[in-house]
Amino acid sequence: MIAEIGAFAAVLALMLSLMQGAMGLAASKRDSRVQATAAIAQSAAALVLFAFVCLIALFVRSDFTVATVAANSHVDKPLIYKIAGAWGNHEGSMLLWSLVSALFGAIYASARGKQGLGLWSRAVGVQGLVTAGALIYTLFLSNPFARLDPAPMQGSGLNPLLQDPALAAHPPMLYLGYVGMSIPFSLAIAALIQGNADQAWARALRPWTLVAWICLTLGIALGSYWAYYELGWGGWWFWDPVENASFMPWLVAAALVHSSIVTERRGSLASWTILLSIMGFGLALLGTFLVRSGVLTSVHAFAVDPQRGIAVLVLLGVAMGAGFGLYAWRAPKLAQPSGFAAVSRESMLVWNNFGLAVAAGVVLIGTIYPLIVEAAGGGLISVGPPFFNMTVAPLLAALFLVLPLGPMLTWRIGDARAALLRLAPAAALALLTLIIALASTGWRAVPAIGLAVGVWLIGGGLVYLWTRMQRGEGPPLAKLAILPLAVWSMTLAHVGAGVLTIGAVAETGFRSEQAVALAPGEGVAFAGRRVTLLEVGELDGPNYTATRANFRIDSAGGAQTVSAERRFYPTAPTPTTEVGILSGLDGDLYIALGEPVRNGGGAWAVRLYHNPLVHFIFLGALMMALGGALSLLALARRSRSAT
Amino acid sequence: MSFVAALVAALAPAVLADPAQEARAQALEREIRCVQCENEPIAQSTAEIAADMRRLVRERVAAGDSDAEIRAYFRQRYGDFVLFRPPWDARTWLLWSAPFLLLAAGLAVVLALRRRQGEGAAPLTPEEGER
Repeated sequence: MIAEIGAFAAVLALMLSLMQGAMGLAASKRDSRVQATAAIAQSAAALVLFAFVCLIALFVRSDFTVATVAANSHVDKPLIYKIAGAWGNHEGSMLLWSLVSALFGAIYASARGKQGLGLWSRAVGVQGLVTAGALIYTLFLSNPFARLDPAPMQGSGLNPLLQDPALAAHPPMLYLGYVGMSIPFSLAIAALIQGNADQAWARALRPWTLVAWICLTLGIALGSYWAYYELGWGGWWFWDPVENASFMPWLVAAALVHSSIVTERRGSLASWTILLSIMGFGLALLGTFLVRSGVLTSVHAFAVDPQRGIAVLVLLGVAMGAGFGLYAWRAPKLAQPSGFAAVSRESMLVWNNFGLAVAAGVVLIGTIYPLIVEAAGGGLISVGPPFFNMTVAPLLAALFLVLPLGPMLTWRIGDARAALLRLAPAAALALLTLIIALASTGWRAVPAIGLAVGVWLIGGGLVYLWTRMQRGEGPPLAKLAILPLAVWSMTLAHVGAGVLTIGAVAETGFRSEQAVALAPGEGVAFAGRRVTLLEVGELDGPNYTATRANFRIDSAGGAQTVSAERRFYPTAPTPTTEVGILSGLDGDLYIALGEPVRNGGGAWAVRLYHNPLVHFIFLGALMMALGGALSLLALARRSRSAT
Repeated sequence: MSFVAALVAALAPAVLADPAQEARAQALEREIRCVQCENEPIAQSTAEIAADMRRLVRERVAAGDSDAEIRAYFRQRYGDFVLFRPPWDARTWLLWSAPFLLLAAGLAVVLALRRRQGEGAAPLTPEEGER
């Protein structure tokens, strides 16, 4: 019964979304119509939310008469993973997609800003159509409420690799990011219909680009962190197509976060901001397509179904066809006010967008190129980490080289000499890092340059903070306290990018790994430590059994113990690893337990990794997300003080 | 079972004595694709075939082959699919040129924009100097 009620709610929501589309696009100025449009958007969201709660209830009750539940849940699963199971599968995740789209639409519809009634109404309308598209796809091609007859006694369980807190939170976060890009898309389409993209329009756009970017940042970081400690091979990023699928919209969202500042503050780049909004949503849809269609072979793609892939592609085609078509037709008519000089804040933000957009383009081509070659009958080829490391990394390094200059320049016309002089201490620090890194690593240029770029970003961020402080009066702490939130947010995000760069470069350039066979009591020297296997024992978990090995790590700082596990889930064919991680200031010692060595006299296969500064990667991502959140807070404060 | 085979194989030629050779072997193992698994390099795969491929890499490195020779060897033996670093040929020239083409296209857009924006750049008013 719950399943039917849920499906019914979703169908009702679909009808309301279509109505929202029609009413919104009609853009009536009559007060009653305006209020009705907002109310319809809110009701649609409430209904999808209700349908989603129904699905969660089905998972909690382990109702195996529902096909999705039977295929993805299990009676013995801990409650939290029963709940997470609702979105840890194809059908449920598409309902989640619809839910986020409807919720964002309702929130946008409820808070009407100063962007003008016509723009607001049309954006609500386009968002309604986006939600309707997602709901049509969900209900007709991947209905999470479909019944199964006969119902099995037991479910087939969630993939044990996915039974993890980080991964339970990863998809919703990523979807908030992906679908967050739908509001900028709706606003862009509305602006094109309206023939008007002014500063008030950009003001309405900014919080949504920030929300999307923050959620993508956190979602990607969670996924990367999960891969790091769960997959057991010591890596955190593999340029896997599924990772790229979330990285592309991230790059475009980052560009949009910056270009929309220019449009809001100066009215410039409106046309480019619109184009980015359309492309960002296109890449978010493409990301959904890549992940959900199984078109690319990948370690992360757990859902495979070509027919559904084609349907997502059709939705993508409709959205992008309408978007780019409207853009080609209407964008030339948009006004282009207020110019700026070659050296100015705007100009630097244009270069920022240049770097990020080209990087997104390169990732896109690298990701889909094997598909194109295969479709053209050229056989199978692989495009992997070497390609992306050789192309995207230098591009981002170049972008980061000019980044600290941006905040130091004024709008419209800047003084490059003065900015560079102020940045001299940061440059000196970066140069010093370069020399020390070169000398201490046997003249390995690439990681040394990478570290220097990271230090340059951090130094540049601190110089900017210092410069802004000088404008205040009183003791240093008071000066810091009165700095605008926007200054903090920018500094935090840019310093975070530097911290992430240092972590990524150190981990990639200086990690060490070793495969060894250890019997209890035996030890091995590794990365300046001694790793000793103490004992190996069996234990029972809630829905698995495990082999646990305890290790003692002796280093200059004393002895510590850490344990690593192999878990056997009766529902899964292969065991999973729970790695042992000993975090220190200089990075992680990372231990993955293998199997007993045949004829090895009680020895176990063990893989050891030392990942220097790997926590900088996740810390940096967190700082960037926090910077984005502060910016969001600054916007909220500004709009509250304005009303 | 597979991990034991992988481990025994990985341990059999063991760690290469020369640290430079060991580093090269590890780097190559990260860019050669396991032919059985889904999108994994042989360095991280636990499949038996990946262990065999790792042993091959180490044999070739120990025998003094260059990185290019080892890549060519694997390509000839398992096909193009095995290389995460696709070679330059009739099918991939567009891939390898793409970053440069995109850079050029982006540069053209920025310069066109510059020309348009530069016209309107009048001197600053004092209040605009405020950041």
